[in-house]
Formats: sequence, C-alpha cells, structure tokens
Amino acid sequence: MKVTLKIFRFNPEVDQKFHYETYVVEGEPTDRVLDLLEQVKGYQDGTLSFRRSCAHGVCGSDAIRINGRNHLACKTLVRDVGDKITVEPVLGLKVIKDLIVDMEPFFDNYKKVLPFFVNESPLPADGKERHQTPEQRERFDDTTKCILCACCTTSCPSFWASDDYLGPAALVTAHRFIFDSRDEAASERLHTLAETSGTARCHTAYNCTLACPREIQVTKAIGELKMAMVTGRLD
Amino acid sequence: MANLHQFDVVVVGAGGAGLMAGLYASRGAKTAVISKLYPTRSHTGAAQGGISAALGNLEEDSVEWHTYDSVKGSDYLGDQDAIEFMCQEAPQAILELEHMGLPFDRTPEGKISQRPFGGHTNNVTGKPVRRACHAADRTGHMILQTLYQQCLKNKVNFFDEYQVLDLLIVEGKAAGVVAVELATGELHTFHAKAVIFATGGHGRIFEVTSNAYAYTGDGAAICLRHGLPLQDMEFFQFHPTGIYKLGILITEGVRGEGGVLINGQGERFMPKYAPTVKDLASRDVVSRAIYTEISEGRGINGKNYVYLDIRPESVKKYAALDGRTNPDGTPYTLSGEDILKKIPDIIDFCRVYLGVDPITQMMPIQPTAHYTMGGIPTNKYGEVVLDDQNTLLPGLFAAGECACVSIHGANRLGTNSLLDLVVFGKYAGLRAAEYAQNAGFAALPVEPETASRAQFEALRNGSGRENAFDIATEMKKVMFDLVGIYRSEAGMQQAVEKVRALKARYQQVRVADSGKIFNTELLNAWELGNMLEVAEVVAECALNRKESRGGHSREDYPNRDDQEWLKHTLARRQDGKLVIEYKPVTITRYQPKARVY
Repeated sequence: MKVTLKIFRFNPEVDQKFHYETYVVEGEPTDRVLDLLEQVKGYQDGTLSFRRSCAHGVCGSDAIRINGRNHLACKTLVRDVGDKITVEPVLGLKVIKDLIVDMEPFFDNYKKVLPFFVNESPLPADGKERHQTPEQRERFDDTTKCILCACCTTSCPSFWASDDYLGPAALVTAHRFIFDSRDEAASERLHTLAETSGTARCHTAYNCTLACPREIQVTKAIGELKMAMVTGRLD
Repeated sequence: MANLHQFDVVVVGAGGAGLMAGLYASRGAKTAVISKLYPTRSHTGAAQGGISAALGNLEEDSVEWHTYDSVKGSDYLGDQDAIEFMCQEAPQAILELEHMGLPFDRTPEGKISQRPFGGHTNNVTGKPVRRACHAADRTGHMILQTLYQQCLKNKVNFFDEYQVLDLLIVEGKAAGVVAVELATGELHTFHAKAVIFATGGHGRIFEVTSNAYAYTGDGAAICLRHGLPLQDMEFFQFHPTGIYKLGILITEGVRGEGGVLINGQGERFMPKYAPTVKDLASRDVVSRAIYTEISEGRGINGKNYVYLDIRPESVKKYAALDGRTNPDGTPYTLSGEDILKKIPDIIDFCRVYLGVDPITQMMPIQPTAHYTMGGIPTNKYGEVVLDDQNTLLPGLFAAGECACVSIHGANRLGTNSLLDLVVFGKYAGLRAAEYAQNAGFAALPVEPETASRAQFEALRNGSGRENAFDIATEMKKVMFDLVGIYRSEAGMQQAVEKVRALKARYQQVRVADSGKIFNTELLNAWELGNMLEVAEVVAECALNRKESRGGHSREDYPNRDDQEWLKHTLARRQDGKLVIEYKPVTITRYQPKARVY
C-alpha cells in the first residue's frame, strides 16, 4: 500500500523557519512508522534526521508526534494510524534538526529529583540482599518501567507553559524511589517536589498517561506523590 | 585540535559494561564515559530474562554447577579459568546490584527471586535449576537504569551522543580516542592513559536480528583498522525465539516459566533433540532444532516459523508430563494473571507487533541473530591481549559484548551476558584506574584526527553511484542466509565474495547531507563501513573453521573436532589480507566430552 508521510523539516544550518515535506512510500499495515522513516532516509532524502536505536519500544530514542499525538515511532504501526501520517518533533523542547529535539533540559530535570537509590544504613550482617516483600516491590513496580523517552513530559500542557516545571517523567522517577521500601531519601525528594517547580504544576490533564508507551499510570503516580506530601505517609 | 580533553581513563560505550567500568574507574581515576547514545538508550536495556548467580535462593545450587554449565554451554571453547572466575564473582555481583537499588523480583521471604533458564542445571539430576535473578522480563532495563543512576550519584563525567571514530595508539600504547560530537559535527580528541572499549556487538550485520540499530561493531572495526586481532569471530549466537519476521527477542524466560515450542503438526518437538531439559537446552541446540523442524516441512503451515506456547492450559499439561513442581511440591501451573506479571513486555510486544495475545494464542517465532560471542581478546581483568602469549597492549581494555574473555566460547548460556557485563565491566574499570595511577600520558600524535577526518571525507566525496541502504540490505541478507545457523563451504565462500564486492561498492557511496549538526546520514554510512569490515571477518573465520561447535554448525563438517579445533581463532588484518592465528583454550577441571542436554 502507498503511505503518505508529511514530515516536519528544519535544518538549522540552512533554514530560517521549519516547513513540511511530503513523501510517499510503499508500506505494509504492519510496518512501524520508524520503518517508513528509514525508507525515506534511505531512498528519498538522506538528510532526514531522527534518533532511533532498539526499534521495539524499550530504549526510548524515537519519541515523536504522529498525527498530533506523542508516540514512539518504533511502537506505532501503520494500521494504527492510517495511510496518511503527519510526523513532527515532540513539543516543549527546542528542535535541533528535523525530528531531533534538545533532550538536555529533560535530563536536567531528571537529575533534580535524586534519581538514584539512597541507603546509607549498614548492609545486612550476612552481606546478602536487603529484604523486600513481593508486596513492597509491587508498590513501585509501575514506575520502574520508565525508559525516559519524554513522551509524557512533552505532552504536558504545564510543561509547555513553564520552563521550570520538572515534568511528569522526573516525577515518575521520584515515585520509583520514594515508594521503594529500601530507599532512605524520600523526604528529601518530597521536599524538592514541594517547590513551585514540582507536583503543584500538575493539573491532571492526563496527557502524560495517554502518551506513555510503557503504559505507566503517570497521573496516578503523581497523585500518590501529592497524597504523600499531604499525609506524610508512604503506604 | 580545538577540542582537546584529558582524562586518566576513557570508557567508550555506556551500556552495562561501560557504566560498570565507568563507575569503578571513576573511584580511582579521572574518568569519562563517551557514548553515541544517551546511556539509557544502550542495548543492555533490551535484555529481558535474567542474570545468573548460584545464590540458591529457591533450591540447591552451586558455583561449580554454574561453572560446569557455562563450560558445557560454550561447547568447551570457553576458557575455564575465566568462567570459574565469573561464576565465583556472580553472587557478589548480584548482591552488589541489589545494594545499588536494583528492583529484583522477590521470593515470598523477600529474597531475590530466581527462574530456570536454558542450559542451567542441577548437575546431579540434570534438571533445570532456578538460577536466573530477574525483574519481570525487564532485567536488562533495570540493570541499565540502576547503573546509570549510580554513575550520576557518583558524578561520573558523561559525553552523551559522541561517536568514537578512532583509537589512538602511540608507540604500542593506548593514548586516547577521537570522537565526533553529534550535535555539532565537531571532532574531539580525548587524551587518556587508559581506554576501555565497551562498544557492544555487531548483530546488525544480519537480516533478522534482535539487536538495536546501534549494534554495528564499531569497537571491533576500529581494532581491525589498527591491525589488532579479534578472537573467535565465527561464533555468533542465534536466539531460538525471535518474533517472526521482526526478530524482536522473546526471552528464554518464557520457556523457563513453562512455555514450550510447538511445530506445524501441533507436536512439542524439543524432547526429540534434548530428552532431559527439552525446551531449556542451550540456545544453539534449540535454534538448530527449530531450523531442522522447518527444513523438514514441519514449520507452521509449511512456513519458516514455529510456535512458542505459554497458554496456561499448555503450561499445566507439559509441566505435569515433565513432573515439574513448585518448591512446596504442588503441581506447577501458571494463571493468565501470573503470565502477565512474569512476562509483561513479551505480551506487550506480541499484542503490538503481531496482534497476538500470548495468554490465549501461540506466538509465531523464528531464530534471530542475537549475540556476538567473539570480539576483542582480553584476559579476565579486561586487559586487551594481542597473541597466544597473552601479550598486552598497555592501556587498552575491553569489556562486555565487544570483548572476548572468553567466557562464552562457541555458545553463550542465557543470562551470562548480563553477568559478563557486570563482572568484567567492574574489573576492567578497576584495572584501568590502577594502570592509570602508575602510568603517564603518552604523547599524542601531531594530528590525531587525520584518520577520522579522512574516513568522513571519503564518504562525502564518493561518486554516489551506490546507495548505502542497498548495500546494507544485501549484506544483511547474505550474512543471514549464508553465515547463519547452518553453514557450508560453498555458501560461506559465496558470502565472503559477496561481502568483498559490497565493500568495493561501498567506496562509491556518497552522503548527501553536507551539514555538521546531527548528520545521521554520515554516521549511518560510517557505521555501515564498520559492519562490512566485521561481516567479512565473521564470514572468513567461519569458512576457516572446519568443524561444528556451539553456534558454528557446518553441514559439511557436522562434528566437533577437538583434535584439530579445540583452539581460539585470532584474526587480524595485515596489508588488506586476513591473517589467522590460534590460541589454546584454557582447560582446568572439565575435559571436553559429548554435549547432551
């Protein structure tokens, strides 16, 4: 079948302003949008630039907007989006070239929430693992799935509106550690989240939850963070 | 040399091995980790089923059993001193990951949970043993995230989205690397006392592959250009269960949890090939079995795939036949809910890419190119060695999939790749830092960037008569068809010739993008050059080894030949020709014997 791709193009070394180019490629309903982008790059226009690596939805490289909504290009099939596909970079991060955006602000926000396990207490006397029940492990399972693709953060109207909002992905990371029974830095992280750049900026638009390619219940996780801040409890 | 950096240790690659090396090296030396991807995009994150250690959390297990299983898995080509070292280190390595916060799944008592995996056995009964520590089917993801997080905590210096193009060797010592910063197109020289390559494998040279686009053999190709040897390049692992046509990995953990392989006649066929462990035989054995079923007309509807079945009623039926029980002795069963919990990503992949729900339907699978057993030869401390005397190249280290210790020999056991990354990444980092503390900086060449610049110039100034995508597509097909699971003299000869012809055509490629900023076309073309270099060596080494061993199965030499071929291949380029030498296999406790599962 013929698939028509309308792709956002911007070359910072030449263009003053972005424009759209249209390409027609031969595709199958089961093709990934990424496969089509590769076809365009390989045979029609080598200058088309985008990030990709694993090609099956686990590395988080290829977050883009497809027909106006955030997706991973490798996890979106033609049969899901039809034969007329508009492809654009995600919103809220500066476009560097074509579909490639500046990820640095995104990772800067990630780094603000102590995105690492903290436990300074002595290890168990036998040197073995710190115990954790399956229920305690389950408590933060959903937010361990995050691949930092930025689909959530760049779909969030609050993030679009303000440069200093940490954004849903950073909050998801905070959740992963705050609700881990072994971690000891919950209060420090909650303190960070209580600042104006934190959870207060979330107005439950639910865009993040809809955008997440890993089906993380992002809005719910943020709600749990808000609840923890109000109650001071982590159960 | 506008962009000059100086570090004691430079790590190239930020997957599991690179991050572990970076973490450990940075404790004793000024260290930078350079990666062509953001670290969390690395292919370690795609590893699914588990990482092995004889913790014995669910049943009796031992380091000796793990060692023997790995030696047997390697078809006796793995070096036994190194394998023993890895298996001894394994329990501590897993506990260390847990102490770093890695969210392993748990047993009811709160310990790290373990599951069965291919080739891991109780050496007394011969039955599968629960040795693979796991976090659902996202174990690699958890390792990658945890190690990156710990690197941030320890303030490791990262250069993200920098592609390393060349290794600098001055007077026989490593002196640094040259890299291109993708965001600007600028070349950077990293002057270093020690360089650790952790650049991953080269599974993208094959048509059907589980590997990421990034897996283009960069580290191996750079070594070849410097005349350094690569070891055992003929050995490449084809994982039995890739999603039909797409090659996306379906973890062996599916079979560990009770899944079975079914042919076009509805028959569970693995008992014919591996009477004791059946569907949990080594990967080479299972891949060959699938291939045989298909070639004898027992694929599904006569096509080139079979089914993997983890539906609850099938698991129950075959577990009863196998006498598999839970730790408390009750019959082993799985509910749909259990399956969703144990292999959520697999279910997601099948639903998204196939429209198949594994809880109610069988999954169409075929073997997929998966893992590079060969690579840059090292000792067990990650030091790169150059010959059969284990002569070192001072300051150069390698770890992870790009390296060949050799732990995996002719066939890697499932879960041992993640263990390899963690154990040897750590020791490479420690040893490199130690080396750097006692070494000075070698003088840099006057123009360190010349070779890198020349490679890019050639790609910008080609005639344009050839298309890089066509060349890549043809290479992948040739390698998959002729240097795949089963190989023959005529086929491999043809493959060598075809790849050489493709290399010649590659000289005519011209990159259309003349820009500097994120010139991904230029980078992809450069990576294709690496893949062609590596593919040629893989095909030549395969043609050279006249026996069948592990992942290298020849139709014309169907048997293992320990008399002639119980030795490692060392291949290097000299004046354009491939020079093949050999290195003995280290055998300590386990004399080679027939390999039966």
